[in-house]
Amino acid sequence: MMALLVDTLRFLAGSAIDVLPIAVFLFLFQRVVIGDPMPNRNQILVGFGFVAVGLGLFLVGLEQTLFPLGRLMARQLTNPEFLLNGVAAVSSLGWQDFYWVYIFATAIGFSTTMAEPALIAVSMKANNVSGGAIGVLGLRVAVAIGVGIGVSLGCFRIITGLPLHYFIAGGYLVVILQTVIAPKLIVPLAYDSGGVTTSTVTVPLVTALGLGLAEAVPGRSPLLDGFGLVAFASLFPIISVLAYGQLAVLIERVSKSRRDRRDLDKEEDHAL
Amino acid sequence: MKDSLYALGKDAVDSLRDLLPIVLVIGVFQIFVIRQPVEDLMSLFTGGLLVVAGLACFIFGLRLALFPVGEGLAYSLAGKGSIFWLVAFAFVLGFGTTVAEPALIAVAAEAADVAAAANVIEQTTEAMQVYAYGLRIVVALAVGVALTIGVFRILANWSLPLIIIGGYLLVVLLTELAPPEIVGVAYDSGGVTTSTVTVPLVTALGVGLASSLKGRNPMIDGFGLIALASLTPILFVLIYGILA
Repeated sequence: MMALLVDTLRFLAGSAIDVLPIAVFLFLFQRVVIGDPMPNRNQILVGFGFVAVGLGLFLVGLEQTLFPLGRLMARQLTNPEFLLNGVAAVSSLGWQDFYWVYIFATAIGFSTTMAEPALIAVSMKANNVSGGAIGVLGLRVAVAIGVGIGVSLGCFRIITGLPLHYFIAGGYLVVILQTVIAPKLIVPLAYDSGGVTTSTVTVPLVTALGLGLAEAVPGRSPLLDGFGLVAFASLFPIISVLAYGQLAVLIERVSKSRRDRRDLDKEEDHAL
Repeated sequence: MKDSLYALGKDAVDSLRDLLPIVLVIGVFQIFVIRQPVEDLMSLFTGGLLVVAGLACFIFGLRLALFPVGEGLAYSLAGKGSIFWLVAFAFVLGFGTTVAEPALIAVAAEAADVAAAANVIEQTTEAMQVYAYGLRIVVALAVGVALTIGVFRILANWSLPLIIIGGYLLVVLLTELAPPEIVGVAYDSGGVTTSTVTVPLVTALGVGLASSLKGRNPMIDGFGLIALASLTPILFVLIYGILA
């Protein structure tokens, strides 16, 4: 309990220093460039106080909860006794034996993204701007599938130890190709969705999961293989949202041609 | 007063909703798949409460102070037409918000832990703090530079796809030169920076600027800044790794 208190105070002092630059900058700009004193100065000082306290509490909670949880899940899901009931040797494990890791990674990526408030707001805006062509739920599901696949594929990369930049460079190649053929309306939205999805709560958990995996899987090092999940989680929503746009156009085209054919059939009926 | 309490409560509910899917997924896995007792359940629980309370205070404070002031400044500077102050503001905004970005603080600390465990840096608290802080400053500088380039791009109407594609080609090139232990951290830092604090303010700057210039689309120009801010941290951290 005492240790927790000391920890909290230490983090509070640290986060006050973290918030200081932006606070000072904003006051300076208001004073020097705009030339007016800050409106509602007291409210703003209270606000910065809340920011510093909140940041400090969040970081303490993070070290106590999200980091240990991510590592614990990685350790338990890669435990040979859990995977094989202790029958086979650890060295005989192939990447496909870690299927629970992939299922867990997909579930975490998908569910945290579906609940992300920033994404809900963006989806509603996109629905408005596009005049209903982009569905709120459709976009959210598209982004969430992208994050789920991304985190899961990132875990596959950590387990196999394949080079990170092959995946990322390959992924961006796909993005460039899709950008050329996807409907123009969806492109800015898709690029945005990459940044929006990785929320403040998800990033630490996913980072800890990656590091835990790299620690637990034989032959992997956290230093060389442990990072990269966040990069996957930011890249794959771009691909899935672009694909969603392409799919919407395709469905529209198919149903239109079917409608046309039906109209044609009707006309032929009339002619007969 | 009552309104503020209500707003704070709403932020707490939102943070709880952020955490809920994690709790549910991990809970289901623990109960049905792993089926082993979890140690330190109490500590996990109090930690979770701290995360929710902290995030709620943080977002509440942002809405009270940082967002209105930052947005106000962004709009009035964009309308003022002084390129020097506009660029200076863009840089400072990118730098300052990134230093205060919680996800980056967390990831930088983890990176320092890992580097110390692998003996890349000394295994002292001080060396780890220096490493983590260095990483954060590099990323913050990168976001500052990204916004500076982004503002120039909006003013001069440069092609965004060309800059982005060129940037990612440079990333691939630098990856070959950089020490392998920095590559993962560098790629992650791109996704980490554009988060809670940075995105709303950067969007305000882009939209404010684009709407004060004739013939620009606020949606496209606002998004361009964020795309740049996800790219430059990768480049900067790779270069930092090569130089260090």
